[in-house]
Amino acid sequence: MPGLGTSFGRGGATDYQQDLSKSDCIIIMGSNMAEAHPVGFQWVVEAKNRGATVIHIDPRFTRTSALAHQFVPLRAGTDIAFLGGVINHILTNDLAFREYVLPYTNASFLLNEDYRDTEDLDGLFSGFDPQTRAYDTATWQYAGVPAADVGDTSPEEARELATGHQHGAGGPVLEDVTGDIPADPTLQDPRCVYQVLKRHFARYTPEVVEQICGTPPELFAQVCEAWTRNSGRERTSAVVYAVGWTQHSLGAQFIRAASIIQLLLGQIGRPGGGIMAMRGHASIQGSTDIPTLYNLLPGYLPMPVGTSHRDLTSYIDSIRADKQKGFWRNADTYIVSLLKEYWGDAATKDNDFCFDYLPKITGDHGTYRTAMDMVDGTVYGYFLLGQNPAVGSANGRLQRLGMANLDWLVVRDLAMIESAEFWKDGPEVETGELVPEQCRTEVFFFPAASHVEKEGTFTNTQRMLQWRDKALEPKGDQRSELWFFYHLGRLLKDRLAASTDDRDRPLLDLAWDYEVDGDEPSGQDVLRHINGSDLTTGRLVDGYMDLKADGSTSCGCWIYSGVYAGGVNQAARRRPRDEQTFYALEWGWVWPYNRRILYNRASADPQGRPWSEGKACVWWDEERGEWTGEDVPDFERTKPPTYVPPPDAVGPAALRGDDPFIMQADGKGWLFAPRGLLDGPMPTHYEPHESPVRNLLYGQQSNPTRIVYPRPDNPSNPSPPEPFGDVFPYVMTTSRLTEHHTAGGMSRWLPYLSELQPQLFMEVSPELAAERGLQHLGWGHVVTSRTAVEARVVVTDRLVPLRVQDRVVHQIWMPYHWGHTGLVTGDVVNDLFGIALEPNVLIQDTKVLTCDVRPGRRPRGPALLEYVAGYRRRAHVTLATGVPAGAADPQGS
Amino acid sequence: MGVREWVERWPVYRQLTSPDPLARGRAVQSPRYAGVRPRIATADIEAGSVCPYCAVGCAQRVFVRDEQVIQIEGNPESPISRGRLCPKGSASKQLVTGPQREQKVLYRPPYGTSWRELGLDDAMGMVADRVLDARRKGWQDIDEHGHRVRRTMGIASLGGATLDNEENYLIKKLFTALGAVQIENQARI
Repeated sequence: MPGLGTSFGRGGATDYQQDLSKSDCIIIMGSNMAEAHPVGFQWVVEAKNRGATVIHIDPRFTRTSALAHQFVPLRAGTDIAFLGGVINHILTNDLAFREYVLPYTNASFLLNEDYRDTEDLDGLFSGFDPQTRAYDTATWQYAGVPAADVGDTSPEEARELATGHQHGAGGPVLEDVTGDIPADPTLQDPRCVYQVLKRHFARYTPEVVEQICGTPPELFAQVCEAWTRNSGRERTSAVVYAVGWTQHSLGAQFIRAASIIQLLLGQIGRPGGGIMAMRGHASIQGSTDIPTLYNLLPGYLPMPVGTSHRDLTSYIDSIRADKQKGFWRNADTYIVSLLKEYWGDAATKDNDFCFDYLPKITGDHGTYRTAMDMVDGTVYGYFLLGQNPAVGSANGRLQRLGMANLDWLVVRDLAMIESAEFWKDGPEVETGELVPEQCRTEVFFFPAASHVEKEGTFTNTQRMLQWRDKALEPKGDQRSELWFFYHLGRLLKDRLAASTDDRDRPLLDLAWDYEVDGDEPSGQDVLRHINGSDLTTGRLVDGYMDLKADGSTSCGCWIYSGVYAGGVNQAARRRPRDEQTFYALEWGWVWPYNRRILYNRASADPQGRPWSEGKACVWWDEERGEWTGEDVPDFERTKPPTYVPPPDAVGPAALRGDDPFIMQADGKGWLFAPRGLLDGPMPTHYEPHESPVRNLLYGQQSNPTRIVYPRPDNPSNPSPPEPFGDVFPYVMTTSRLTEHHTAGGMSRWLPYLSELQPQLFMEVSPELAAERGLQHLGWGHVVTSRTAVEARVVVTDRLVPLRVQDRVVHQIWMPYHWGHTGLVTGDVVNDLFGIALEPNVLIQDTKVLTCDVRPGRRPRGPALLEYVAGYRRRAHVTLATGVPAGAADPQGS
Repeated sequence: MGVREWVERWPVYRQLTSPDPLARGRAVQSPRYAGVRPRIATADIEAGSVCPYCAVGCAQRVFVRDEQVIQIEGNPESPISRGRLCPKGSASKQLVTGPQREQKVLYRPPYGTSWRELGLDDAMGMVADRVLDARRKGWQDIDEHGHRVRRTMGIASLGGATLDNEENYLIKKLFTALGAVQIENQARI
């Protein structure tokens, strides 16, 4: 998400699934789209049938590869080396779409003289503090632009706060960028972004790509050729990715690398171009837009921070700059309108609109940190709402032992999932680490209503809100989360009604008067409050441009403002596709303002004319004096392409007529990110947290800013230059099957799906099978320093051994859907992983690890613990293993 | 049955004389088949819905008769999915009607070895009491460095990404008002 957010100004997929059919070339990487998103994949097939080239780059030959023109193998976790190679190919051969790059990106901007590259510092950018392992970004700024005032938030603190998430709907803060930034339009100045980029990636040659990724140079050359050929005025290429990119210690930077390529080739904002993020759950986009995340409020407004946000003014001053361009400058109207929705009449100008009612965060309060806090006994109660961390989170053993050390646990789900029954017959009961009679956690299981038994919206992967009607009443005690939380809030307010304690004011003053149908709160009414109203007239607003910072409007989520435009539930629109144009503007509603392709101003040239007839989308209509076209323009409708703002303009008024990236502080697409990312302004190849090989390019082995938690219950396998890594000589990656869904709560209890995929398995190459004596369809088990997991062995040439530097690297693949309950059961693959997190958003690195594999079943009961301890001894695993150099000494080592 | 009727029921005759010369439709239809109606024709309600699995956002039509879901299928009018569903989406009738759907609140006391049933109202009241207790035990007006934080570290939550936007909105709003900050979602996982 920050990969897209820092590059373009919003973290959502830039494109529209159907629009893939307009592509001339589709690059699928970090995604097995045919398997995980099969119905969306029809648009790739449609493009293919129209003549588009489809390329799949992946550690394993999959269902997606089978339908691609070309399958390109690479070693798991080396995507930046590969994509950096493509960037080098573009820059070395002068293949960028210069007429797009010059006006629409920051290619020509000059950088601060003190900036130093990873090429100068052996794998580190300037500003690195080895003590805190965090970057001061002051030297990454544009020339003449001061480092933005970020309040008292230190670089180290920024990582703890996962600040990368904040760029979901607005680019990073830059101060003083409304005027002319020093630039070299010839792109020759050695300090301009274009030249810095060129030097940074100069060593990412096809030979280096081969040595790091294991990708044969002729295949790599074909990718470069297809990608660059399908660019420019007449042609476009699209990139499709999924969690195969995000769930890495470098996830945001993988996406940044693709963003740089797509900007250089002029693909963003254009039909058949863009970057299509394929999200994995019905409303995962919605879950960050209207977040239940510790560091965000709705609409990507950051949660206030105890160290720096003393009042509303200091909060607003730190999240946006005064002299910046674009619509994020109006963040004051977004936060004030949210506070008015939260606290209604109690929120007044005189009391800072109850800003002080918001609890403050001071560090990492993410789900993994919290699980460790449960183990350590500082968390008392835990709600699981349709989530199954005993199977779905990294280091499942730690998750389960954390839940076993609570006062109480509330599980709300459709079926009796593993996380509700860890105390009864979970893996730790088998090993003897948990005894039901000694487990103190009080557990409540509440049956949940399903998607057909409640009304509401999901936000799909292309940012589209689609309304679901309620088809029937749920049965027995089954209830929606809307019911549960509405009534829990009501009960809590009742219990505290007589309280005079200051800490209870936020709850007692909370606006909680939603319409109720019977005893079920109205989803429509909640959505209306999310849309927002003008409090002086009581009318619903038509969008976030109507919001005010004076308390006269309320709005629960500014980016969703407009979903009830005209007083109509726009998400419930279902005009049949045959009765509409290609972009089907009357099916559902897409944030922001029903715009289907983000940044579509860039589908026209700087003068406002389509780049070509075949790739027209939005253009300037001189006669009518407005932007028009097939999509809703992602631009001020009547601002002409030639518009030059007056020198004192700020915010939207400061956007030029050719600034397509309207949420960015400077209006440009970012090839180089002067702010917003905590691990570097440009992507750099590092080895994964656990890797069998040394970083070929730099002394710095892996992402120096990644988050590790050295604890006895969270060990890491050693990686070079640490010795004994050969105890875990193989690379493993995991992903999904079509027939199951994540942790299995919605699939392993269904007879159809359980019959289709009845059992956990691992795929290995014939060469690895021979090396380890694994039998096809026999048992095998995978071992890491955390545990061992058994599975049936599938010997297949879908996996090929790769030659990396001077050795052969074998890769193993496993799906991860099984657990100990349900119709079909199996070991929990996520138990193999430790917790190591990406620094920008604190997502876990679960797409690559090192391991051993052996024939036969794993040891059972307490013998399993001893077996894995033996591996740790042989690999000399200590609390210091895998901890980045310079890190503070691990506790207790 | 007269001769004429007998001849007219003969498929070859119908094939040669009807507008179906290739015998792909009505010419070869049996009387039994002609009387068959799709089960959705008897539905009381057709609700517009969306598949709850991945984020493609395939449109579903949910058919209900006598307060029971009798069929869930793809909606061909959707510009995204054009009526298609994958194996999971196609199995979603089992998801909502299968015996795995728990209907009762269940309770496992501390150190217990089995579940027992609990009334919904009682359970809600017990949870409300426990929320206030955990909130109090984990309350911080200031953190260890003296910054005003007015929050509780005693309560955590982890939601799945199949929750509705409206539900997530109320969850975040209520927990924020309670001062709970460790409110998380599958979106980070």
